[in-house]
Amino acid sequence: MLGFLVRRLASAIPVLFVVSVVSFILISLVPGDVTAEIAGADSTPEQRAEIRERLGLDRPILVRAALWYGRLAQGDLGQSYLLNRSVTDAVLERLPITLSLAGIALVLAITLGMLLGILAAVRHNTLVDQAAMSVALFGLSIPDFWLGLLLISLFAVGLGWLPTGGYVSPFEDFFGWARSMALPSLTLALTQMGVIARMTRSSMLDVMGQDYIRTARAKGMRARTVIFRHALRNALVPIVTVIGVMTGVLLGGAVVIEAVFSLPGVGRLIIGAIQRRDFPIIQGGLLITAATFVFVNIIVDLAYGWLDPRVRHGKR
Amino acid sequence: MASVEVTPDQMRADIRRARTRARVQFLRRLVRHRSFLIGGVLFSCIVALALFADLIAPYEPNKNNFRALLMPPSAAHWFGTDGYGRDILSRVIHGTRVSLQIGVSVVVLTGLFGAALGLLAGYVRWLDNVLMRVMDGLMAFPGVLLAIALAAALGPSAMNAVIALTVAFTPRTARVVRSSVLVIRELPYVEAAVAAGAGHLRIIFRYILANALSPLIVQLTFVFAVSILSEAILSFLGVGPPPPAPSLGNIIAEGRNYLQDAPWIAFFPGLAIAASVLGLNLMGDGLRDVTDPRLSQGRSSG
Repeated sequence: MLGFLVRRLASAIPVLFVVSVVSFILISLVPGDVTAEIAGADSTPEQRAEIRERLGLDRPILVRAALWYGRLAQGDLGQSYLLNRSVTDAVLERLPITLSLAGIALVLAITLGMLLGILAAVRHNTLVDQAAMSVALFGLSIPDFWLGLLLISLFAVGLGWLPTGGYVSPFEDFFGWARSMALPSLTLALTQMGVIARMTRSSMLDVMGQDYIRTARAKGMRARTVIFRHALRNALVPIVTVIGVMTGVLLGGAVVIEAVFSLPGVGRLIIGAIQRRDFPIIQGGLLITAATFVFVNIIVDLAYGWLDPRVRHGKR
Repeated sequence: MASVEVTPDQMRADIRRARTRARVQFLRRLVRHRSFLIGGVLFSCIVALALFADLIAPYEPNKNNFRALLMPPSAAHWFGTDGYGRDILSRVIHGTRVSLQIGVSVVVLTGLFGAALGLLAGYVRWLDNVLMRVMDGLMAFPGVLLAIALAAALGPSAMNAVIALTVAFTPRTARVVRSSVLVIRELPYVEAAVAAGAGHLRIIFRYILANALSPLIVQLTFVFAVSILSEAILSFLGVGPPPPAPSLGNIIAEGRNYLQDAPWIAFFPGLAIAASVLGLNLMGDGLRDVTDPRLSQGRSSG
């Protein structure tokens, strides 16, 4: 297991390197004079020169790259010139909100998706199966931010049960926090549960065709015991792999959902930075989100290796 | 002693006939696949709307009408009007055209780059490691977030949205192509082609790419669907084609301010996105079932 852990960590190094390069060159992609973009069209040459110096844009790209990596090694992602504070602090301060949104959405998506998938597999080739798979597919086809707006106009504007947006800290008012997170996480979960539902269904169908399930049935075991004890337990393993991929989708989705529900997470920080051309924040937010995703995937792989010994011995 | 002699011409004709038969069979199975059929019909209707937008749309999509502000759906304006009195139905029809144009461009570019990178990685051993590590690095960014950041840096325009989405989706497509290339290159007919003295280009295009096409096409169907969803997100966040272009995401972004008084503004464009994506997803599922029979065992429609 230790060897597997070391190998897995080593394989993350080139990935993180590419992530850092992409984040670094992002600002070089801006066409024309970046400083004019940042300072506005009516800025003076002095203002532009000052921004250029602060961003280090007056130096050759290799020197900038060396500086970028030198600071990155110390966890320094530069200064946001609009928030007037360090990018690392600004992003890390908001990361818990994004992570809790994605986390709650993940749990909801897994719960709803597995329920749909099990239902479809158990009632294979019936109307229930078709209905469950249709729900899954509809969820996957709906734009998440639009579903969020629909839920706002129904539950917040129409019925007035939940707030239209905003954030309450769970340490000040836990109930208020739950209310503020309910719609955003449900929105994300509804658009992603289809992935889990389809995976669960095909994995369950696969397992239920196995000999040991027939044996369990032939022994006269109750259907429920066969489904949950024998089939589901073995069907779980492939579902774990989806979780890694889905974390990425949820982190990306959280960006948009935070903008819709005015949640002060990393996503809204990045969107705000885009509107105000605050490039250090965009670069830093991008980098930290990707690093989080890489980290989550290492954990998922370790869990997978623990569940399925064939994986950690490289015999996949 | 009856020796059966087959001339090369006869053999070629036989191969041609067998190929046609296989193609007809494939199309027949595809058309009989229920979800492909439903998705195909749905998506064709949307393509027709987009193609003939100028003929079908009852009004100019950007024409203001200050005597018909925020009108709810009615006989004159089926989907209602927005804060400038613009007809939502006409804007949605033209917005569908924008979405499909961007989607098609992303699909073509992603298909070209994905196939090229996947073939290179799968066929040229020493390139594999380098290329795939770069692809892994790009895939570490959530696709939508990478596209948002790139589009923001490049500046809001339809072309930059296409570039941003292509960069975000090419790695996944290259990965799909590479994994089929790795399987196909070990197959006996490739070995036979090598033994027969076929050159690299002929092997790559004639034997490997031709047989890696079906997973690529399935993948591109889903790329199309995701591009439409992501383009809407880019526009909604203000880094897509800039307003007043009637992109579906733009219309929803404008409708957001009228959720209470005129919910129809945001409602109908979302429905158009969902219908396009649903059609593509159904088609993709059908294509996957028909081209890869291993996956469809024990499946009915899902």
